[in-house]
Amino acid sequence: MFGLDKKDTTLLLVVATLTILAPFLLNPFPTASGMAQFNAGYPDLMQRFVIFGIFAIGFNILFGLTGYLSFGHAAFLGVGSYAAVWMFKLFTYNVIPAIIMAVIIAGIFSLLIGFISLRRSGIYFSILTLAFAQMSFALAYSVLSNPKFNLTNGETGLQVYADDPQRFHHDGLPDLPHLFGLSMRSTYTMDVGAWSFDFNAGYYLCAAIMLGVFYLAVRIFRSPFGMMLRAVKSNQTRLNYTGLNTRPYTLAAFVISGMYAGLAGGLLAAMDPLAGAERMQWTASGEVVLMTILGGAGTLIGPILGAGFIKYFENIFSKINDNVLHQWFSFMPDGIENFMVFIVHPFVGKGWHLTLGILFMLVVIFLPGGLVDGGQRIGKWLRSRRGQKEDKTSGTTTPAE
Amino acid sequence: MGILEVKDVGIRFGGLQALSNVNLSVAENTVHAIIGPNGAGKSTLLNCFVGKLIPDTGSVMFDGQSVLGRAPYEINQMGISRVFQTPEIFGDLTVLENMMIPCFAKRDGAFELNALPNMMKQKDIVERAEQVLEEMNMADKRHEHAAAMSRGDKRRLEIGMCLSQEPRLLLLDEPTAGMARADTNNTIDLLKEIRDRGNITIAIIEHDMHVVFSLAERITVLAQGTPLVEDTPENIKGHPKVREAYLGESA
Repeated sequence: MFGLDKKDTTLLLVVATLTILAPFLLNPFPTASGMAQFNAGYPDLMQRFVIFGIFAIGFNILFGLTGYLSFGHAAFLGVGSYAAVWMFKLFTYNVIPAIIMAVIIAGIFSLLIGFISLRRSGIYFSILTLAFAQMSFALAYSVLSNPKFNLTNGETGLQVYADDPQRFHHDGLPDLPHLFGLSMRSTYTMDVGAWSFDFNAGYYLCAAIMLGVFYLAVRIFRSPFGMMLRAVKSNQTRLNYTGLNTRPYTLAAFVISGMYAGLAGGLLAAMDPLAGAERMQWTASGEVVLMTILGGAGTLIGPILGAGFIKYFENIFSKINDNVLHQWFSFMPDGIENFMVFIVHPFVGKGWHLTLGILFMLVVIFLPGGLVDGGQRIGKWLRSRRGQKEDKTSGTTTPAE
Repeated sequence: MGILEVKDVGIRFGGLQALSNVNLSVAENTVHAIIGPNGAGKSTLLNCFVGKLIPDTGSVMFDGQSVLGRAPYEINQMGISRVFQTPEIFGDLTVLENMMIPCFAKRDGAFELNALPNMMKQKDIVERAEQVLEEMNMADKRHEHAAAMSRGDKRRLEIGMCLSQEPRLLLLDEPTAGMARADTNNTIDLLKEIRDRGNITIAIIEHDMHVVFSLAERITVLAQGTPLVEDTPENIKGHPKVREAYLGESA
């Protein structure tokens, strides 16, 4: 279906089902229960899941296929955000032009940076992209924010003010980003017994776009272009001596992934009309590298899983404070309770990075292919067990394939 | 007038004059071997043909056009394919995918943003790749990972990849280096078959005299960066200058 083979269609349908049902799946605990803090089904976080999913899918087209490790992709995300907010400021709160502009500007920006950075490969390429991203950050944070020429509004971040032109804005439209009048913040809350589920317009817009670009990524992965990118990773010398010019291939991959990042940045601004320079900082660039590697670089679904994983940790683990810990361990004798809180404390709340770091190390060491690798191993193990059982019941041994 | 004309080529690396006054003409549809002791400049010369090195002096013409200053991919698109000393293949890809890439290069040129169609549905490419694999007797390995194959199979695949592009000139850089005897003989047989099929010019650099004398129709002996003699294999065998270059003056 859709020009995909059976396996990829299944994958696409699974991803579609999961994203559509996310408000249910991410809120498995009743609202009043103690476990409710592990619910991730609130609009803000669900939006982040899919937006950073888009960011990571795009990053994977560059890193997963060609092996070029960019440490500057957050710059394109930031540029996309700024472009979108400027569209809000100048023209309209409608998100469609803002998102389109975000993708275009990020594309142009990545063309420039890619053209220069791709003259080198390996660590030098990574360093070049890192340098460009930090330059962009410096530009956004201070240089392009002065009274004479204020493009980014520096530390405060770019936002929409009441005296902005907003040429096509008129009364009756929401004073927030909207899709032809449908506010991105509008949420329908469904209460079922003790549970409560949020259906948010912004989330579903992001989810629809993510499904679209995920589908596009699958097509790219299976196309001749995708195969050339894998060939770049495998052996550039052979590719050159086979009559193929690697430069435009890598540049195209770089620009495509830059546009994905710009799209993610535009969507972030569309959900919350604010763009800050910190979005471009190198830690943000590092985060998408972690997402991709954690989920499984070069796999289709990996980056989405990685993005969800990291965003979940960032938002859920960071909220567990000492009070919550005391509640958890309250069944223990006092001394032991305090001791347990003391032990767990560094790994939650502000220390969530520590937990993430440990998990990242475990994944990289034991599952070099990321979470997807883990899933495959479990699948293989289950299949071999089932195979053994069948062998026993039928009483014959079939040669292994 | 040969298909490959090398005139007065010289190249210097710092204090070393690696090549000087190299004149060479490879006639169309022949097998021309370039032999010589270690350090004679054979690989340097070959690198001048494919765009990896640009000589300081002289000219290299392929089919009437200069190859100097062109990038390797451009030279390949002109009709020169190269086989490396250690097989250069796409190790992470399957054998069939390895074979499809040169077919794409032949059909679509140096760059084509073909990002939406499914590669396996490009019927002409898949058919051509399967056909060459068949000719190479590798059809049963088509779904194997290229990196997991034996040295001989990798070499066979690499040669097949070059042939799938129907090059006019095939350059072989010590194609049997580091191979077991059986693999060497297989490679010789394969190259003989290619030669006898005709319509291809082969230039081969080789150390192994057994390989050279079973394939070549013409041999150039290179020593210290300059061609010593050029003749048929029969005449080269007994040539005193060649013996001198290989074995030293006293021999």
